[in-house]
Amino acid sequence: MIGADDATKDPGMAVFPPEFDDLEPFADWSLRTEAERYAKRLSSTMADLQSLYDAAFPRLEAMTAYLDALDFAALPEDANRLLWLCYSLVNVSFPVEVWRQPRVPDSGAASMDVVLEPAV
Amino acid sequence: MAHFPKPAEGSWTQHYPELGTGPVSYEDSISKEHYELERRAIFARTWQNVGRVEQLPRAGSYFTKELAAAGTSVVVVRGTDGEIRAFHNICRHRGNKLVWNDYPREETSGTCRQFACKYHGWRYDLEGACTFVQQEEEFFDLDKKDYGLAPVQSDVWEGFIFVNPDPKNTLGLAEYLGDMAKELTGYPFGEMTQVYKYRAEVTSNWKLFIDAFAEFYHAPVLHAKQAVADESRKLQSVGFEALAYKLDGPHGMVSSWGGMSPPKDLNMVKPIERVLRSGLFGPWDRPTIDGLDPLPPGVNPARSKAWGVDSFVFFPNFMLLIWAPGWYLTYHYWPTSYNTHIFEGTLYFVPPANATERLRQELAAVTFKEYALQDGNTLEATQMMIESRVVTEFPLNDQEILLRQLHETARVMVAAYQEDPERRPAPLRVTAAS
Repeated sequence: MIGADDATKDPGMAVFPPEFDDLEPFADWSLRTEAERYAKRLSSTMADLQSLYDAAFPRLEAMTAYLDALDFAALPEDANRLLWLCYSLVNVSFPVEVWRQPRVPDSGAASMDVVLEPAV
Repeated sequence: MAHFPKPAEGSWTQHYPELGTGPVSYEDSISKEHYELERRAIFARTWQNVGRVEQLPRAGSYFTKELAAAGTSVVVVRGTDGEIRAFHNICRHRGNKLVWNDYPREETSGTCRQFACKYHGWRYDLEGACTFVQQEEEFFDLDKKDYGLAPVQSDVWEGFIFVNPDPKNTLGLAEYLGDMAKELTGYPFGEMTQVYKYRAEVTSNWKLFIDAFAEFYHAPVLHAKQAVADESRKLQSVGFEALAYKLDGPHGMVSSWGGMSPPKDLNMVKPIERVLRSGLFGPWDRPTIDGLDPLPPGVNPARSKAWGVDSFVFFPNFMLLIWAPGWYLTYHYWPTSYNTHIFEGTLYFVPPANATERLRQELAAVTFKEYALQDGNTLEATQMMIESRVVTEFPLNDQEILLRQLHETARVMVAAYQEDPERRPAPLRVTAAS
């Protein structure tokens, strides 16, 4: 997950575009597939989910403004990773805003797998 | 108090007198014997949707579909002539499954120039003709042209590919789908190619999940926690009334209001929905494509300003949901035993032009999964207890009319099959009072 073709940032560390270096502590939430995001959500505590939400939700409009200015068909790698972080924010919005628990209430052993999802 | 007008008979159900209004037996959902009859009477001889034309973009594109209830697997392929055909997925030499990858029971897809059997290398072209037999000279008077793949009737409606496993079927797809489908003609399904597909193994009879998605009576209660608290209380006190129901032969539809796209009051929805302008009903802003305004006559038939979503149940196991903000969703229910089935939910959007549009679709897809997980688990609880047979008959209200129709249609087809297994087409008409 090394993203840097940009000389101004530390090529060993930065995952997201420099404008969003405040979100670097949540880089492990930048996950490509729904299966990975959902699994991480279920294996996290509510405190973990809340801290991701508290950091990323206030930045959501800034992130979409940044990403919308780019060509969606050819997003740079660091922008793509930022978009994946946004997907994780969307995924944890239910536990944080509604459920107050990582799992869907009353969903017990039920599971539902993504078998097809957009490539980007 | 009725908020939306009902037919002159006083209820939707009484508008279709064949349905009756009495309590309904659910023996059809808990009996192994009845399920075996349904397999033969329904799934072995009825048109079933197996996919979309976009899954077969070019000559040689193929996918397989497991039809456990019909007792077969089919391979659906686009030929060199551009035509879509379906075949039983079986090699004519000694019966090996022809197209599969790693796991014989799993579905697969791809592109090829021909099909080659993994076992002894027999080959078939994209039109199903046998083109190569390994050590042909060792066989006795074998003529390859007698050994083409076994065809399955297939046809396409508005880009949806259907198969009918019954070689003696005489009812064309368009005729089978009837007026309800005809009135959807022209909806821009083909523009909505951004796909999310979910799959779940559900421990209930296949009809119980259709029941759950064919009525919204449950929504204000089961999904109460998904709305913000004030909104949830309001929804429960009002309950649910549909804008309209339409029954046409074995098929039916419910047209529902939906104030969430966008909501009248932003405080009704979750914070992330407010920022992204999306939610359960999908992105609030319609995509700018042709075909959404005006809509075909079969969509929002009451022409209500409050319209949110139409749910079509195409018997036996295909549901199509068309949402006011310009996207659609399909449900498939593939029985695997009397009390298990595989559920597939597939969301189709116009491809996003930027990250914001993509995130709106992501939120709609995530929300769909949160709801469907609740629905799916409730079904196990229902199946468990109706199997106890402590209670055998259940009252269905007017907002559950499509459930009454579904179970009645399935029972009528089984009864007709028991009376005369050779009778075709099966009687499956439920008609409105004139």
